[in-house]
Amino acid sequence: MRPARISAGLAAILGLTAMAMPALALRLPPVTHPATLKECSGCHMVFPPQMLPARSWTALMGDLANHFNESAALPPDVQADIVGYLTANAADAPANKAIRGLLSGVKATDVPLRITEMPWWKRSHGEVSPGRYALPQIKTASNCIACHRDGAKGVFTEN
Amino acid sequence: MTSRLLFVALLIPAIGVAALASAGRDGIVSALSAQAKQDNSKFTSFSAEAGKKFWFTAHVGGKSDTPSCVTCHTKDARTMGQTRAGKAIDPMAVSANPNRFTDPEKVAKWFGRNCNTVLGRECTAEEKGNVITYLMSQ
Repeated sequence: MRPARISAGLAAILGLTAMAMPALALRLPPVTHPATLKECSGCHMVFPPQMLPARSWTALMGDLANHFNESAALPPDVQADIVGYLTANAADAPANKAIRGLLSGVKATDVPLRITEMPWWKRSHGEVSPGRYALPQIKTASNCIACHRDGAKGVFTEN
Repeated sequence: MTSRLLFVALLIPAIGVAALASAGRDGIVSALSAQAKQDNSKFTSFSAEAGKKFWFTAHVGGKSDTPSCVTCHTKDARTMGQTRAGKAIDPMAVSANPNRFTDPEKVAKWFGRNCNTVLGRECTAEEKGNVITYLMSQ
């Protein structure tokens, strides 16, 4: 009986916690495009194309020799294949009308080059102390999956 | 008898895979060796010692965040490394990761990117061969 009582107590605590912190989650379709999965995952998690507008992807992919102070050069055909996928599924793509909230606060003339510069990202990470990103197992705020364990599946739940 | 046969039967594919990996690596090293000879008639053979020195050197001419191979791959090639974006990198030492340097396309791609990042130029065939020889000795 004792273990049952403990787990009932735990459930109550968890229930309260869940009530206190409503589960906010960003759910995006997982990336399935083969070249994007293969090439972009070499150095970092494969970021969902919905997280940036098409003009940002075009700018990023147009200068892979200087990709965040590293060369991420690709053969032109592979690069074109990836740009095509990223821009077709970007935040401002017609298919993503339902999640246009991702573009609120972004001017049409802005070309954000970092997901962590996006107003939606800043709004949703305001409570995370900047020092936390420097932990060795996280290293940088762009390492989404260090905290969002299901990020590779497109699921970014609140931690 | 049966168990011995089973053991042999299980061993054959294992040897096959290892031999295949080793053959792939030999092919890459001999192609680099031919290129190194073409670049420099005095070239004789690759040196693990020179490869080690290159691997640890803080180079100039590349990007500021990544002066050396060990910036991301760590000073012990048998352990996991980490990219600047926080992603784990499998060990580079062949003893710890037998698939290293068995895919010519992958080898060309990463030397191409990383040499430009760390040194600001392509690496020579001799430098690549020395590094692979060092990592094969680790």
